[in-house]
Amino acid sequence: MTDAVIESKKNPDKGALSRVHFDQTAPLLEVEDLKVEFHTRYGIAEAVNGVSFTLQEGETLGILGESGCGKSVTAQAIMGILDTPPAQVAGGSIRFRGVDLLTMDERTRRHVRQNKIAIIFQDALSSLNPVFTVGWQLGEIYRKHTGATRAQAKAKAIELLELVGIPSAKQRVNSFPHQFSGGQRQRVMIAMALALEPDVIIADEPTTALDVTVQAQVMRLLGDLQKSMQMGLILITHDMGVMADVADHLCVMYAGHAVEQASVYQLYERPAHPYTKGLLESIPRVDLKGQELVAIKGLPPVLTNPPPGCAFHPRCRFARDRCKEEHPPLYDVPGGRRSACYYWEEVLES
Amino acid sequence: MSASDTQSGGDGVRADFTGDNVVEVRDLRKLFPLTRGIVFKKTVAHVKAVDGVSFDLKRGETLGIVGESGCGKSTLGRLLMGLERATSGSIKLLGEEITTLSPGGLRRARRNIQMVLQDPYSSLDPRMTVGDIVGEPFDIHSDVVPKKGRRKAVQDLLDVVGLNPDHINRYPHQFSGGQRQRIGIARALALKPEVIVCDEPVSALDVSVQAQVVNLFERLQNEFALSYVFIAHDLSVVRHIADRVGVMYLGKVAELGNEDEIYEHPTHPYTQALLSAVPVPDPLLRGHRDQIVLEGDVPSPANPPSGCRFRTRCWKAEEICAHEEPLLIDRPGSTHPSACHFAAERDVIHAID
Repeated sequence: MTDAVIESKKNPDKGALSRVHFDQTAPLLEVEDLKVEFHTRYGIAEAVNGVSFTLQEGETLGILGESGCGKSVTAQAIMGILDTPPAQVAGGSIRFRGVDLLTMDERTRRHVRQNKIAIIFQDALSSLNPVFTVGWQLGEIYRKHTGATRAQAKAKAIELLELVGIPSAKQRVNSFPHQFSGGQRQRVMIAMALALEPDVIIADEPTTALDVTVQAQVMRLLGDLQKSMQMGLILITHDMGVMADVADHLCVMYAGHAVEQASVYQLYERPAHPYTKGLLESIPRVDLKGQELVAIKGLPPVLTNPPPGCAFHPRCRFARDRCKEEHPPLYDVPGGRRSACYYWEEVLES
Repeated sequence: MSASDTQSGGDGVRADFTGDNVVEVRDLRKLFPLTRGIVFKKTVAHVKAVDGVSFDLKRGETLGIVGESGCGKSTLGRLLMGLERATSGSIKLLGEEITTLSPGGLRRARRNIQMVLQDPYSSLDPRMTVGDIVGEPFDIHSDVVPKKGRRKAVQDLLDVVGLNPDHINRYPHQFSGGQRQRIGIARALALKPEVIVCDEPVSALDVSVQAQVVNLFERLQNEFALSYVFIAHDLSVVRHIADRVGVMYLGKVAELGNEDEIYEHPTHPYTQALLSAVPVPDPLLRGHRDQIVLEGDVPSPANPPSGCRFRTRCWKAEEICAHEEPLLIDRPGSTHPSACHFAAERDVIHAID
């Protein structure tokens, strides 16, 4: 048994968390100028490079981007589950109710995790332990964090499975992960994240591995639970459709940078960054059938060797000399939105 | 088709084929046995991966096959390629029956049908150079291009798919996902086939790169008069590229029609549910769409429901659905076949108010 496990058995979280003073008037989650680096054989990769956003209760913040843009790394940094090394938080702050999580000691952080902030991963099968029953894994959270007895924990597990809509939860609580279907496993993951009624849930590509009909079920469940429990939800996905369906605000990431931030309606109607515009245009549309799709030319950059200036300039049709020299700051765009493009006005109007 | 011009029919290369349908599939079945026991194996059941599928593929046409995981769409692709032996039924490629061919005959037949696989990371041998990968079909079919001209032929192919011909000596790991998929496409084009089976060719790619590859598929089709069987789960990509679409559920075709019939006038409840479940990238439609959220999961194909296979999740199901299997036939009030007793049109992709 590891030290951490013994420690948490002696100290169910009340002890550790009661010493931290959370300011209930402060924003739920505030990420400011977050920087995460990966030290690799080929040099330092700046996976997250100065990302800032704020999440309020009951709000859904979407982080949109392609593979390698740093969206999952941002989630892992918030949860404090980065693989260190090679990853390292190189700067910035992550404040939960006014308290910086990055300066917190590991013991307290452990309790914030799950109690205050929980995460749902993409691949439910590999996130669940195949040799323990689902009920045991759900109950474990209660036993470790609240010091509940096994019987109490099992009762809680059944309650949770019912909450996420698993039929005949009383029997299913003794089943192993492989006995569940993909959609049900993702429901179990949601149940696990909800166990201690956290204030923030981070869903990292929660439906990417699922079929569309099951995806619709899971997204509906997640949305309903978020509404009834007034949680803040950070939804990470590359699917523009899912995003349009559930997010309130969006943060678009490209090569570690937040390139555009806006409300979902503003962003889909009139993007203010060429990358967002390119993404929206590359979706096949009914009225343009038979025509070529408008693809973004070229490839995303290698993070250990990003292009100078704006990381998107080699693929951008608005790019000029200035873009090759200096990375653009995040400009304030009317309507409370932001865009990291020198020529955002031009993009908005095009 | 310079190589096939010199050959006559009967050996798998049919230059004299003049029919309309390059592929004709009739009542195709593939059962995978489920066995129990290690020494004395006993077949206890069969997974009916593909169970009575029929369709035609016209020259120059793209047939999209959509469906969820486990519906048999990939097995169908492998059957067309002759990578799996059909349990029963017939596949005619350019008029020639390929389910009964000898391995050698099958190899010659494959000159006319090639495949692009889903995962560009595992479908390319990491120890072979791009030149070897794309040129391998020439080693197997050595009469297509003389040995001396092969390097040049490979470079031409790389150029056609939008890769730098000078990269012929590079290895797959030096390319990105989208570029690797282009290598896979170049390999499929090497023998100048009539038909290409594309099994989820863009689902592993990022959105911005996906559009590039979809465009490439369309350009190649126009350039080489290819026919595609385009297997995918992404309904919007299929809508963009396909002329006709087959919707599969648990090994059977639920509905078959042209792109407009399937997307604008779907009559099978499963097609309707599938289409309505696809999230639309427009936040203004939020809450204004007729969204059908199905209950439960796809049943096991080893033990499919009696009668109509969709009835366990269907809101229209009645007595008859459990007893009588609905056939894929034209239903009243509709112009395309649908395998539902209660087929009726329902608009699911537009805003309702």
